[in-house]
Amino acid sequence: MDAILRTEKLCVEYRARGLKLEIKPALKGLTLSVHAGEIFGFLGPNGAGKTTTINVLLGFIPPTSGAAYLFGIDVRQPIARQHIGYLPEMTYYYKFLTAEELLRFYARIFGLPSREADQRIDRLLKLVELETARKRLIKTYSKGMQQRVGIAQALINDPDLLILDEPTSGLDPLGRMKVREIIQRLKQEGKTVFFSSHELGEVETICDRVAIINQGELKVLGPVDELVAQHGVNLEKVFLDIIGYQPQTAL
Amino acid sequence: MNTIWALAGIVIKELYRRKDFYVLFVLTAVLTVATGSVRFFQDPNIVRYIKDLCMFLIWISALLIAITMTARQIPAERENRTIFPLLAKPVTRGQVILGKFLGCWLASGIALAVFYLFFAIITGSREHYWPVLDYLQAFLLQWIMLGIVTAMTLLGSILFAAPSSTVTILFIVAGGILFLGRHLNTVALHNPEPVRSIIYTIYFIIPHLELFDVRERVVNDWGLVSWPACGLATLYAAAYTGLFLLLTWLGFRRKSLT
Repeated sequence: MDAILRTEKLCVEYRARGLKLEIKPALKGLTLSVHAGEIFGFLGPNGAGKTTTINVLLGFIPPTSGAAYLFGIDVRQPIARQHIGYLPEMTYYYKFLTAEELLRFYARIFGLPSREADQRIDRLLKLVELETARKRLIKTYSKGMQQRVGIAQALINDPDLLILDEPTSGLDPLGRMKVREIIQRLKQEGKTVFFSSHELGEVETICDRVAIINQGELKVLGPVDELVAQHGVNLEKVFLDIIGYQPQTAL
Repeated sequence: MNTIWALAGIVIKELYRRKDFYVLFVLTAVLTVATGSVRFFQDPNIVRYIKDLCMFLIWISALLIAITMTARQIPAERENRTIFPLLAKPVTRGQVILGKFLGCWLASGIALAVFYLFFAIITGSREHYWPVLDYLQAFLLQWIMLGIVTAMTLLGSILFAAPSSTVTILFIVAGGILFLGRHLNTVALHNPEPVRSIIYTIYFIIPHLELFDVRERVVNDWGLVSWPACGLATLYAAAYTGLFLLLTWLGFRRKSLT
């Protein structure tokens, strides 16, 4: 099966500011691949290197060494991002625009003809249940609504691969459920989803495979059900074991 | 080009959804109308004073709009993190720079056109005389000059830490060039070496924004500047604008976004 997303011995180092010029490795030779049609969970504690990996995949930062490819194209080429959708952890959109204007703006960037863009905007606003609020400025939206605009913008180009950075972070249970439903619907449509999350129950429910990284290194990679069966516990326990969490004994 | 136009459209939308332009326009209008309604010693040449004041206010307001709007574009994208979903699309940093420049320049042009329309109405209603071509030429030259200022501000927004410092520095630089630029060579002549060479170098390096200032001609009805001269001025402005945009791109392409 062809890998839609692939990293090869990916290393990223950050230089600490100051006189010492200290180098801090954020990723240490990360190699993984994500195949078409799967939902891939990318897990790790805070500071493990998840966001750094996503930043490299989206071309925000260059790798120190190694390489990353989307659809076989080096991520440093902007064209590699033609068929992906990206949902950031927090809502980062132009708040002086309405949802409809924002989606039209992104549609223009992808060069969609205006009739097709209109149809897609209608369909997406219906999907994320924002039809009635489409003419309202984004700054008047609740956090859940802003996150749903984010999902709509990530889907405007009908992407084959979705990169979601903690998509349910900060949402209430209803908001989370809606986002989860959308991800599952995307899977049924044959989309590939790569997402990082701290919600391990959610990951266990919807992911086909997961990768767990810690301190920039890949610790485990495999199908969720195999990992759970192998360890005989749920994904949360597997995760805690792999990152070496030692519960404190009661005083 | 689609991406650049799309980005420019967002900048223009931002201009008319913010209050800066309306505040400056109302201020210019109120000051001009108030001055125009006063009768100074029954002076029949009062229209000339109104024109002078109005043109001065238009220049200040246009510079303020262009500089403040441009200075916040890239820093706001980074601070609000809207740059991330944008660059996650097939958009290059060069396109971001060009889109922001085009948007700011067009938005300043729209604001300037509104100011000139107001100017034409006010002076025309007093003089019963409509030198449309003169106004059009003054508008075009000023707009071309704003292209240099916009590109210069975009470069400043990459170099300086905060939009407020970019605004202050660019306003001083643009104002300094407009008021002192044409006199720098004379100043150089009256100074010993090496100060003379330094001032001469500055004189030859800076974009001479004052070349585009035809306020006096409009106020005193001295007629049009020859169109070939305007064409040369446009080429001069295009060269400086291109240079500043290139420097902005060089600074921005490796800049960390995180």
